[in-house]
Order: sequence, then structure tokens, then C-alpha cells
Amino acid sequence: MSSRHLDKKTYVLLASMVFFGSFGNVLLSKGMKQIGEILDPSPMALVSVFVKTFTNGFIWLGISSLLVFFVSYLLLLSWADFSYVQPASAIGYALVAVLGYFMLGESISLTRWAGVLTICAGVALVGRTEPRTTGD
Amino acid sequence: MRLVLFIAIIVLCGTAGDIAVSHAMKQIGEVHPLTPAVILGVLARAFRMRWMWIGIGLEAVGFFSLLALLSWADVSVVVPATALSYVTGACGAKFLLNEKVAPLRWAGVLLVCLGVALVSIS
Repeated sequence: MSSRHLDKKTYVLLASMVFFGSFGNVLLSKGMKQIGEILDPSPMALVSVFVKTFTNGFIWLGISSLLVFFVSYLLLLSWADFSYVQPASAIGYALVAVLGYFMLGESISLTRWAGVLTICAGVALVGRTEPRTTGD
Repeated sequence: MRLVLFIAIIVLCGTAGDIAVSHAMKQIGEVHPLTPAVILGVLARAFRMRWMWIGIGLEAVGFFSLLALLSWADVSVVVPATALSYVTGACGAKFLLNEKVAPLRWAGVLLVCLGVALVSIS
């Protein structure tokens, strides 16, 4: 297996992880916001929240999206370092901020944008390291 | 305080779970080619491994804590805050999975931490 081919596989699966992971989290958030804050911890109220959660379309779309994320993640980990995959996938934070801003109408301050950009710079550095440092 | 407690549970359980899952997938080795049949075969094998279930159990604890947290906190605060797991993740990869974490990679992890701090301030 040439390292060039391995790189291509690595980037394709990273892109899949980032897209489906971010999209899944935003969908889950949208679903849970529809259900509202869990204020009453009594068993009956929790059962009601549980039923509402698992009959919500956004929750199921979010879970499906996160399943695709998880399979991509597993496949990637079969050859790539965890210490490469984990930080490299952080590029998703930029996507989450943008999705949160446009889909959920959340306000994002200048400081928070700066944080997101710093995370991206960190990801860029990690991306320059060898994806695999252990032998099979 | 409730926010900090939830984030700690999400980070610690999530990282431990990821390390366990990563250990299981390393035992399987590089998946190739990426065809549906090969992928299904690998998944069938992976889900018969003990470390995979230990990892998924821990990740599930982290996931349901995240689900609860997302019901009352902003997604663009919660999700970046869980990036604290980059430090625990890099340490776990180095000491438990024996990966070589190069200085450049550590620098990247530190930048991610700085980014997390900035996100938490706002």
C-alpha cells in the first residue's frame, strides 16, 4: 500500500467524519431544543422526555448521521494514529460554529471565532505529521 | 458548576472509550479495500471484540451526558469545550497505544487547547 494511496483514504474518511459528526451534533441539538430543558427529574417526567426524544425526527437524523461518522472513524482507526485522527477531525469545530450560526441562529462572539480559528491552526499543524507511527 | 461536571464526564469517558476502540481497530489492522463487503466483514469482526464493547460503553456514557447537556446549553459552546479531550487523548495515545506524538503534533494539540480556552471565555 503506497503512502499516497493511504493519504487519499485518510482524507476521504476524515472528511466523512467531519461532515457527518458536525451535522449529527447540530441535528441532535435542534431535536433536544424542541424537547426543552429537563427540569423535572421524577421517573415519570424522564420517561416522557425519553419517549419525546426517540420520536423526534431530528434526533433520528442526528443518530443516523453519527452512525456514519462512527463507521468512518472505526475504519480510519484501523490504520491511522488516534493522536492524528482525533486532532485532525477538530476541523469540524469550524463547521459546527458555522452550522450553529446559520441553522440554530446562535450568536457567536469575536472571541469565540478566534478560538475556532486557533483550533483550526492546531489542526493544520497536526495534519503535517505522519498519520501512522505504529506498525501493523 | 453543572456545566463543568457534565463536560468532565463527557471528556473522560469519551477519551477512555476512544482509546479502547482504537486499540480494538489496531488489532484488526488496515481495512482494504473499502468496499461494502469488506467494511461489513470488518464491522462484524470488530463487534465481537471485548475492547470494542468496553470502548462503546464508555463512549455511550459520554454521549448521553452530551445529549442531556445539549438540551440546555449552546452547541457552539458545548462541542468546542469537549475539545479538552485532545490533551487526554494525546496522552492516552502516547502512553497506552504507544503512538509517537511528534513535537509538531503536541504543538497542534496545544493550539487546540488555546482555542478551547478562547471559546470558553466568550
